[in-house]
Amino acid sequence: MAETITAISTAPGEGGIGVVRVSGAESENIMRKLMKNCPEEIKPRYAYFGKVVADSKNASSEVIDEAIFLLMKSPASYTGEDMLEIQAHGSNVSLKKILAAILDSGTNGIRMAEPGEFTKLAFLNGKMDLSQAEAVIDIIKAKTDLSLEIAEGQREGRLSENIKTIREQLLDILAEMAVDIDYPDEDYNDSLEAHSDTVIDLKRVLDDVKTLLDTVSIGKIAREGIRTVIVGKPNAGKSSLMNAILGEGRVIVTDIPGTTRDTVEESATLGGIPIVLIDTAGLRESDDKVEKIGIERTAHAIESADIVILVLDGSHPLDEEDEQVLTYLEKMSADHILTVINKKDLGKSVNETELNERLPGVRMITTSLVGKGALEAAHKVSDAIGEMFELSSIRVKEMNIVTNERHIKMLKNAVTDLDDAIAMLQNGEPIEVAELSAHYAYDSLGAIIGEEVGDEVLDTVFSKFCLGK
Amino acid sequence: MTKDKARYKREFDIIVIGAGHAGCEAGLVCARMGMKTAMFCTDIESVAMMPCNPSIGGTGKGHLVREIDALGGEMGLNIDKTFIQSKMLNTSKGPAVHSLRAQADKKRYHEEMLKTINAQDRISLIEDEVTELIFTENSEISKDNNNNHNITAKNQQMKVGGVRTANGEEYSCRALIICTGTFLGGKIFIGDNVKISGPSGLRPSTSLGVQLRKLGFPIRRFKTGTPARMHKDTLDYDLMTEQKGDKKIVPFSFMNEDKDYDKEQISCWLSYTNEETHQIIRDNIEKSAMYSGNIVGVGPRYCPSIEDKVARFADRKRHQLFVEPEGLDTDLMYIQGMSSSLPEDVQHAFYATIKGLEHAEILSPAYAIEYDCVDPLSLKPSLESKMMDGLFCAGQFNGSSGYEEAAAQGLIAGINAVRKLKHKDPLILRRDQAYIGVLIDDLVTKGTNEPYRIMTSRAEYRLLLRQDNADRRLTGIGYEMGSVSEDRYQRYLEKKAKVDVEVERLKAQRVDIQTFRNFLIKHEALPLKHDEEAFERKTAEISETANQTFADILRRPAISYSDLAEIDDETRPALSANEAAETEVMLKYDGYIQKQINEVEKLQSLENKKLSEHLDYKSIGGLRLEARQKLSDIRPVTVGQASRISGVSPADINVLLVYLEKEMRSK
Repeated sequence: MAETITAISTAPGEGGIGVVRVSGAESENIMRKLMKNCPEEIKPRYAYFGKVVADSKNASSEVIDEAIFLLMKSPASYTGEDMLEIQAHGSNVSLKKILAAILDSGTNGIRMAEPGEFTKLAFLNGKMDLSQAEAVIDIIKAKTDLSLEIAEGQREGRLSENIKTIREQLLDILAEMAVDIDYPDEDYNDSLEAHSDTVIDLKRVLDDVKTLLDTVSIGKIAREGIRTVIVGKPNAGKSSLMNAILGEGRVIVTDIPGTTRDTVEESATLGGIPIVLIDTAGLRESDDKVEKIGIERTAHAIESADIVILVLDGSHPLDEEDEQVLTYLEKMSADHILTVINKKDLGKSVNETELNERLPGVRMITTSLVGKGALEAAHKVSDAIGEMFELSSIRVKEMNIVTNERHIKMLKNAVTDLDDAIAMLQNGEPIEVAELSAHYAYDSLGAIIGEEVGDEVLDTVFSKFCLGK
Repeated sequence: MTKDKARYKREFDIIVIGAGHAGCEAGLVCARMGMKTAMFCTDIESVAMMPCNPSIGGTGKGHLVREIDALGGEMGLNIDKTFIQSKMLNTSKGPAVHSLRAQADKKRYHEEMLKTINAQDRISLIEDEVTELIFTENSEISKDNNNNHNITAKNQQMKVGGVRTANGEEYSCRALIICTGTFLGGKIFIGDNVKISGPSGLRPSTSLGVQLRKLGFPIRRFKTGTPARMHKDTLDYDLMTEQKGDKKIVPFSFMNEDKDYDKEQISCWLSYTNEETHQIIRDNIEKSAMYSGNIVGVGPRYCPSIEDKVARFADRKRHQLFVEPEGLDTDLMYIQGMSSSLPEDVQHAFYATIKGLEHAEILSPAYAIEYDCVDPLSLKPSLESKMMDGLFCAGQFNGSSGYEEAAAQGLIAGINAVRKLKHKDPLILRRDQAYIGVLIDDLVTKGTNEPYRIMTSRAEYRLLLRQDNADRRLTGIGYEMGSVSEDRYQRYLEKKAKVDVEVERLKAQRVDIQTFRNFLIKHEALPLKHDEEAFERKTAEISETANQTFADILRRPAISYSDLAEIDDETRPALSANEAAETEVMLKYDGYIQKQINEVEKLQSLENKKLSEHLDYKSIGGLRLEARQKLSDIRPVTVGQASRISGVSPADINVLLVYLEKEMRSK
């Protein structure tokens, strides 16, 4: 039985408009069911404005929203099937109501779309090939100039060239091993020395693969931004700093401790590099349930941070709460911590030398997060982040930066298998067993450039698509 | 179907054309599976003749012989009767690539096979040249064709009926197997001397190839070569290195596993070419038939002539060659590694530069031979022709090279011809089941542009396809097919049970901790005694080691199954050498084997997805043009097979998967 699938296709959160999509043979019937006063004859690819209701035949059916209805007929649609797009107001509530109305419409075979399923259908119906599909993911995800540049480089095939070169080297080694195994009589000798050559060659390949993998962190920054978590005790000035960096007053700053109970995320760009700023609740022991959850989230945010900015109230000596934050940070590497000592204007009570001993090597900025001081602090923090991540040295145009999760996984597999092969040869395990591992590495590298494909590649690729694209 | 009885001299179920290594296996298995079978050869001399090297087995090839044997074929038994030297190759490597090779007494190999054929019921060996196939229009298929406009003329519009011979006789059959080897359109080259001839000067078969071309079979010319034979009394053995056989002889056949081979072995001899040899070849290279353009056929890269080696690998100062006896009561010595199509006088000159061969008398010069073969892409995985119903093809005719490759195909073609007549599904061995599966799948899926030789590197699942477990992989299948005798099957079950029980016991059983540690100290620490520090470290490490099962102990590199006897109690069973070896491999390489099995399972879903023979690839949107063409021509049986066709990309496979999925949903 043919299925019809549906999902909210726009990102969650408030927005100007929101889109609910339907794909499958029942698309037209669903339009008739949900659109009040739906015309007798629906022109495909034509925008109809109307009221959305749960059941158009029932006059008392409550109006959910006003929307534009767009019907597309197979094959002229994104998925290649009949499709319906309902462009409503972007409120979560109304979109969810529309979705519920579709799912409850009693349509044959209607169900929620799985993540990436619309694009999967597009692929399955021959609307795009695998490489196009992967390019779509990257374009969707390219939030910044930098990641677009990386995607550009990938499309130009620079990564493919690099992988091909590595594979050719590996192929030579595999060929040598094959000769060793299949031609034992031949004059090429099968001494331990020969195997140590193989080990050297394999190590060279391993180094090349590792070099590529090392670019992953740059790629991750380019794609996801630098996760910057701002911590400190309540009222130390975290939100002020964040607002200064963002240049807007979205986070309310008050004098009552604990206002920012949850973590708040905001995105900004720094010299083309995205940064994600996360303002946290304090780490104060609390009995308040809501605040407790906030504290847990803060701890989690610190763990997943690329950089932690510790904001200290410079007007008071370090107290128990500061200590608690410090204990967290002491476990981290100094290159990922930035300390901002606030309230210079209120007189300095924090001992910088003591702090240096507690967090050796950590950069420190002393400032007053009020008025012009806040802006100045924001500049200093930005510069410090730039230096910490050597952003100026990232020359995307000349580098092969690996950003795709599937590529990363394949490179990691290759590293494991090459490590295995080398260890086996060194431990005197049979060459045909070592050859097998080297061969797996070769296949993994091949999978990156599409020389090898199994069912799982497709599955992985499509699960990477966000719901409804 | 009614037949004109008077027309045919005799009627058979199955006719095999050719009695070489493919023909013998095909004929024997058909007869053993109950079919009235005829084998045709141009000359009785050609039965199981070895016109090239005097050996059976080697890397990959030895595996094939084991598999042929496990399926009830004859090659392993025949070489066990007639070998004059035996050697297990690659023993310095792991068990998966150990490969058995035996030097054969060529004459006795032929005689023993002839005896076996003569002793076999239901088989007639006829010395007569098949000049023509008798066939009918295939009414069933042409009817089918009306519904499938896309299907090309290739699709079995003919159906075999019998053969016509040079003596003017006609014989009928319901299935036919072509195993013509290098006899079909055979042409021999020595320098610019060209002669229409089969191998070893035997009469070639000329008419059949003409008819096959006329009928539209994709016939091609391949080439192979053989070196000179020398008189054994004219060689100087002191100047060459002796190559002896193994002290402990391992037979090829499972049926001979328990036998003790205590026979005297004959040595081979190793020598090398030198700069002088190469200079003579370079000076005369334009006289070689290969280089003068006389030969149009394609030769194998992995078995090049000496002029090829000198031209292509100019930086190598020497090439090795082996001098191998062709039998016990013959003067012929075979010069392996030195095939050539240079004129005889040049051959004399360059052979005489080689240490040990300075005064050699050449009994027959090296020659190249060119022959007709079919493009194997025109075959189904069952080895049946896609053009003619009931016509099977095997051996060198399919573009392979080597006795073992030929025998393997002959056996499968024979089994499948019988199964066809019994209206049963063909036997198609998978790539993870047998080298035979790899061989046939490569031929019919990827095709070949040179005579195809098996190599262990061609197998993805090398660790699974070991020569020690060929019986475990295939004897059950052969029994089900009817090619394996009851006796062999019972013996196989017995061995399998013994090994399985022992493997389980070793997995479960332990010894007390002190005995265990002492054992490890003896085998792992004591060998390090010369290095005090290493010894101390190892001893300390062992004193910390927790108790392990016998299976775990066996996985340690330094420990063998026979070592375990020291700490194993009286429950240790008495196993034969082969049973012990299999037990050891199964446990020692368990991890790697499991990894390969996982790989197989991952790809299995593609192998399980069947593609209809009548699928209209032109109607599937999204397939690239090249893929459409290749898929329409080759008509793969499974998506797995389709994925191995060159020119079919991963994206095309995804399109196919989608198509199948849609088909399934719409049902």
